[in-house]
Amino acid sequence: MAPSPAVLTRLLCAGVWRRPSFLQKATPGPAGLNGRTVSGAQVPVVSEPQDDDDLQSRILDVPLQHSDFFNVKELFSVKSLFEARVHLGHKAGCRHRFMEPYIFGNRLGQDIIDLEQTALNLQLALNFTAHVAYRKGIILFVSRNRQFSHLIEKTAQDCGEYAHTRYFKGGLLTNAHLLFGPTVRLPDLIIFLHTLNNVFESHVAVRDAAKMNIPTVGIVDTNCNPCLITYPIPGNDDSPQAIQLFCKLFRTTINRAKEKRRQMEALHRLQSSRGSEGSETSAPDKSHSP
Amino acid sequence: MAAPCVSWGRALSRRLSHAVRVSLCQRPGYWTTSATDWQAGPRSQVLKLIHTTVVTSKKNVQASRQESYTEDFIKKQIEDFNIGKRHLANMMGEDPETFTEEDVDRAIAYLFPSGLFEKQARPIMKHPEQIFPKQRAIQWGEDGRPFNFLFYTGKQSYYSLMHEVYGKVLQLEAHRGLLSEKTESKDLIGSRWLIKEELEEMLVEKLSDQDYVQFIRLLEKLLTLPYGPAEEELVQRFRKSVTVQSKKQVIEPVQYDERGMAFSTSEGRRKSATAQAMVYEHGSGKIHVNGVDYLLYFPVTQDREQLMFPFHFLDRLEKHDVTCTVSGGGRSAQAGAIRLAMARALCSFVTEVEIEWMRQAGLLTTDPRIRERKKPGQEGARRKFTWKKR
Repeated sequence: MAPSPAVLTRLLCAGVWRRPSFLQKATPGPAGLNGRTVSGAQVPVVSEPQDDDDLQSRILDVPLQHSDFFNVKELFSVKSLFEARVHLGHKAGCRHRFMEPYIFGNRLGQDIIDLEQTALNLQLALNFTAHVAYRKGIILFVSRNRQFSHLIEKTAQDCGEYAHTRYFKGGLLTNAHLLFGPTVRLPDLIIFLHTLNNVFESHVAVRDAAKMNIPTVGIVDTNCNPCLITYPIPGNDDSPQAIQLFCKLFRTTINRAKEKRRQMEALHRLQSSRGSEGSETSAPDKSHSP
Repeated sequence: MAAPCVSWGRALSRRLSHAVRVSLCQRPGYWTTSATDWQAGPRSQVLKLIHTTVVTSKKNVQASRQESYTEDFIKKQIEDFNIGKRHLANMMGEDPETFTEEDVDRAIAYLFPSGLFEKQARPIMKHPEQIFPKQRAIQWGEDGRPFNFLFYTGKQSYYSLMHEVYGKVLQLEAHRGLLSEKTESKDLIGSRWLIKEELEEMLVEKLSDQDYVQFIRLLEKLLTLPYGPAEEELVQRFRKSVTVQSKKQVIEPVQYDERGMAFSTSEGRRKSATAQAMVYEHGSGKIHVNGVDYLLYFPVTQDREQLMFPFHFLDRLEKHDVTCTVSGGGRSAQAGAIRLAMARALCSFVTEVEIEWMRQAGLLTTDPRIRERKKPGQEGARRKFTWKKR
């Protein structure tokens, strides 16, 4: 699912995306990428970009050449999603019309979510999250389910990102300059672990993020509206196991991406110091296994 | 640039307009993302034209008012205060090094005498921290990332506190089966929870009543579980000890007359009557007022009962002798004044617990009621002139 042009423009200006060439270059690797396979195989080594005058652009451009630079596929599988009960939806009466493409079927009145599509969407979403974290973006975890509020806040704290599982004040995103101050920085990505609020209506932040051109990743259950969410992940948001799995996945991805960024920066700092000493620049080790 | 009417891209217009409008307050450096130049004009064409709400300058005043006390401003105020204090000490002829707050207050009251009734309207000279409300420093760093992980909720201190306490509750509930000892709640006696205003002051954040109630409920829940010293310390942060009132009661020293009899003197007032009473420790219950026996001085039983009340309350009716002088007021006022004087004098012969009982019975409190003045246009203090229909 490609991000909308509005999102692209915003990301362009935020420096997250340099050019949309990523979309054209999404070539599958040798492991035969499919949502279902658990690929422990390494993502292929890509040829080094020719221009090495701007090290900064190298740090930012290189990850965009790959379809799965951070190898998020290995973090989950359809089986692990099944064991975490991600496929369980609500009853057929609660079904949202726009969730019908994602539903596999109905058993004894309960909707079952298609885990193959979930895996695909989850991989895209995790990849996107990793890229945002790699580029030092602000990630905000939003949920209004009181059962998992503490867990989500802890997850955010562990990643070094931000969480909002409390009462959402009206103009938080749209009126942030007055609420916080004129130079506040808004989140660059919002992750919804529960798209609905306590009265089973769509969370206000979904609409506000779309208004403010902030990309969103969200776990949509069968009674949720996936329309305004940039990277919806159809899945169960009511079981503790499912939410724990998702929290773990997001935490691992973000930490991995940040670690990768530190490594790349250290590598390039080393390279530039070696270059300034006048010694020959050796080809850097470009193994992408995280 | 008369910016507000034009709606360009969200962040850019605000930034440009703010640069013009808000020039008085100091602003921290912009955070920069990697390699993009925000300030450049041509960039604005890349952003799509979206309709933004028109932010008029009136609404923006609120944000600038919050920023008006910058750190440098407060620092300068503190320096000025310290210099002013030294000048004041020199003016009063005192040592600037040992010039305390009370000395400052006294000096100001002397130099600027004011007849205003409202104490807060009189000239004051206090440390700037007591005058300017506590402000929050900027909550994010150079790169724009906020420091607290709950920054985007709006009430970061309150919610992070709730998060912390709830985490402790979960932890204790998980370990509840292992340790079943219950610590005594003796540490909580004589202390109360912080009130909402005190909590707001502590967190430097506005709270609603429901927030406060939820917080106290969570702490109470924590107290029902078996908690250790770490949790005890956390709870004590939000408890305030209640000072026992009777400790403030001034106890008269016991004096001895030429015959070696122990007695204690005290004063009392009621309406416009003043009395001085001398209560002897050992006696037979005789009371002399202005040289005469109280049976003669107070013919009315009610007044005599008032005099007997403190002794009757402590079961010491015929154990003390009293000599007192009284002037002013009427019969009832004089009786009340003597009663108060006697009760105060009795405090020196009586235990602390009994003093607390007397205080709770109202024997040690000066009755503040005085005669209300007559107002013009009325016959008395409250009575109006007869209303005539025509």
